[in-house]
Amino acid sequence: MALLETRGLTAFYGDFQALFGLDLMLDAGETVAVIGANGAGKSTLMRSIAGVLANGADQVLFDGEPVGALPAAKVMARGIAMVPEGRRLFPSLSVEENLLIGRYGRQVGGAWSLDTVYDLFPILKERRQSPGTALSGGQQQMVAIGRALMSNPRVLLCDEISLGLAPVIIRDIYAALPRIKASGASVVVVEQDIGQALKVADRVYCMMEGRVTLEGRPAGLTREAIHAAYFGVAA
Amino acid sequence: MVERPASWKVETRTRASSLFLVAALVLIALAVAAPAFVGRGTLRDLFFILTMLVLAQSWNLLAGYAGLVSVGQQAFVGFGAYAMFAAVSLWGLDPLTAIALAGVAAALLALPTGFFVFRLQGAYFAIGTWVVAEVVRLLLAQWKALGGGTGTSLPSGATRDFAPVAWIEGLFGVRSAHAVDILTYWLALALAVAAIAFIYRFLLTRQGLGLAAMRDNELAAGALGVDARRLKWAVYVATAFITGVTGALIYVQTARISPDAAFSVIDWTANVVFIVVIGGIGTIEGPIVGVILFFLLQNGLSQYGSWYLLVLGLIAILVMLFAPRGLWGLFADRTGIQLFPVRRSLRRAGPKPQTSDSRGGPNG
Amino acid sequence: MNWLDTIVQGVLLGGLYALFAAGLSLVFGIMRLVNLAHGDLIVLAAFLILVLVTSLGLDPFVAALVAAPAMFAIGWLLQYHVLNRTLGDDILPPLLVTFGLSIVIQNALLEGFSADSRRIPAGGTLETASLALGPISVGVMPLLTFLSAVAVIVLLNRLFYATSLGRAFRATSDDPVTAGLMGIEPRRVFATATGIAMVVVTIAALYLGMRANFDPTIGPARLIYAFEAVIIGGLGSLWGTLAGGIIIGVAQTLGAAINPEWQILAGHVAFLVVLVFKPRGLFPRAND
Repeated sequence: MALLETRGLTAFYGDFQALFGLDLMLDAGETVAVIGANGAGKSTLMRSIAGVLANGADQVLFDGEPVGALPAAKVMARGIAMVPEGRRLFPSLSVEENLLIGRYGRQVGGAWSLDTVYDLFPILKERRQSPGTALSGGQQQMVAIGRALMSNPRVLLCDEISLGLAPVIIRDIYAALPRIKASGASVVVVEQDIGQALKVADRVYCMMEGRVTLEGRPAGLTREAIHAAYFGVAA
Repeated sequence: MVERPASWKVETRTRASSLFLVAALVLIALAVAAPAFVGRGTLRDLFFILTMLVLAQSWNLLAGYAGLVSVGQQAFVGFGAYAMFAAVSLWGLDPLTAIALAGVAAALLALPTGFFVFRLQGAYFAIGTWVVAEVVRLLLAQWKALGGGTGTSLPSGATRDFAPVAWIEGLFGVRSAHAVDILTYWLALALAVAAIAFIYRFLLTRQGLGLAAMRDNELAAGALGVDARRLKWAVYVATAFITGVTGALIYVQTARISPDAAFSVIDWTANVVFIVVIGGIGTIEGPIVGVILFFLLQNGLSQYGSWYLLVLGLIAILVMLFAPRGLWGLFADRTGIQLFPVRRSLRRAGPKPQTSDSRGGPNG
Repeated sequence: MNWLDTIVQGVLLGGLYALFAAGLSLVFGIMRLVNLAHGDLIVLAAFLILVLVTSLGLDPFVAALVAAPAMFAIGWLLQYHVLNRTLGDDILPPLLVTFGLSIVIQNALLEGFSADSRRIPAGGTLETASLALGPISVGVMPLLTFLSAVAVIVLLNRLFYATSLGRAFRATSDDPVTAGLMGIEPRRVFATATGIAMVVVTIAALYLGMRANFDPTIGPARLIYAFEAVIIGGLGSLWGTLAGGIIIGVAQTLGAAINPEWQILAGHVAFLVVLVFKPRGLFPRAND
């Protein structure tokens, strides 16, 4: 049985339909990448899984249980943590407080604590007393990832963590991924950067206009197939 | 943007509103003639309903349309009333001139008080207006010539010796006290019609439409060329004028004033807010529905002391939570009827007109 | 007239106003909600304490200890089931609902307790006792009020800046959607905040009721003093709120010393003067 699964997932913003029956799955220990152009529905997918958007209960299954209709706080308590697009640090909280609040709704033992997160991103320990929003973009992204890890999640959702960052910083941040996987978390990364996604993922889903257009292991996908699935035109 | 074809024209009138206009004119004519066939008690009830209606329309313009939620309108009721008292008792002016003067005085008061309250936003604006009303009350309570904290009465002949009162005495063959009631009733009627007409006309102007844009988004309204700050000031001063005139009229009829009564937050703001909220905030019809319901509730529950206010407060809370557009909003949503349509619609003005109640046009 | 004495009395009175205001300030800081029924809730708590004192013969301080959890529950339920529904971009619903609530509480209390003035019997000599501090004599009750206000503000600041709940308050205030991703349920956090504000309201009510007469209609005036203290201090700053309360208190006692009829007026005038020169208050929070 898959750890996380969506079945015919649909999502709406008012009258506008953003997702049209998505079927995705994530196995325990797996890293899955979701790629697609701007507006393909990747972030909507993440927000639906995390409970920010409400869906039909059976459209999202976690450990075989329906969680699609649960609010974000309840989804998080079950062990799905999200690194939201744009990092969304709390400006009133220091770096350390931003990390501590990450486990507000789920306090379970595991690989991740303040010490191990500081070990993963040493720069954060130096800046622990600064307001979260006083940091550079890359450091803020580290706080956002650390904050999500603090709850020792079983599934980590990373929404566009490379957006707006310099390549060298993106490399640093992705360098943390093997340790995150080693801690036992399964990972979903949403990326616009296809190269980066193919490098880290066990499997890839490509989305376009609210639908999955391609699925497979990176090694089995041709450039042409990805290009067609990404842009909707034959290369 | 698609060019609008010449055969379409902008309209605000609907069939219901045209019918209503005729009905309203008949109703007004009946109301003018009412003193000939109803007693003094009914006249006083109608006076109460009409003056509360004016206060409600004016607060509705302020809060419902301009987004300026004031809980200090009693400042202008009281100040208008005191200005009228001063003009009549101290300076010997006739009541009618005094009422007009009271409106001007209230509008002038709005200038310095606006200076203070416009420094506060949203909810803080609300309490700020309340503080201002308290300050004005405490200051007027120091005015010993008008009875200080305990208040005073109008000189006994002040209204009865007024020429129109003598004319009404002759016209209906009534005693002077009754004639004063008739006069104040007519004034209240005229004020209510004028206030509603003024507010409706204003809402149809470009500035009036700008109010709606401003409530939704002040920045965007600015981009549309609506000067939000000036518009808010204009509405604040205009409603102060209307409220001041109404306060003066109410106290011509009451003939007795005290700071606590003239600046009562319950009488002149709480009741008014409940009327507007229950009837339907942000519509002209709402306060009319609200004031009738308010009158019935107050009469029906008056023997139970403060229960009627408790019930009124509860109803207002429930309406705000579950039907935020009030009773009129519920009715209008179901029937699509608007008596005072402000939304503009496009109509084909060619030789083959569409059904007259079609709303919306080719561009939505 | 002894000016020093007048000013000291004013400072101590400011402690009472800070107690009125602290709950208002807390709730505004977290959810941008101004509760127009705040003053009436203080009066409600005073009646609750009065009933506990007169019917069970409790000491007023013990009665307040009993009343506090009840008021917490009232605040929690009120926020969770009523006020949470009013939160949003439109300022009308929260204002009008709390305004309606103010009228409902006042009239319910009028029905239940009549318009008579009451007082919570303070027991012993507490009401009249005074301490000689150098040239001036300070009433024990005003001093106790002031110290309680300082203690409340110290505790609220600790709660706000040094606990997990305080972090949740600030995070939810910053960004309720992202707070949800942390496992925070904004509706519950807001309910807890209002519950805590009602505990502070209970403390304020204890001193209000022991120091002076009260009746069901005095709530709105307490709301106004509280509001003035919050604005003078700067939105969201609890120490600023204490400073604001002291300014109102001193203005009132100075005004009363000149002419007893000017007491309340002088407090309002002080507020308006601050509003002209420092529209954002004396200690505005940077990110407001």
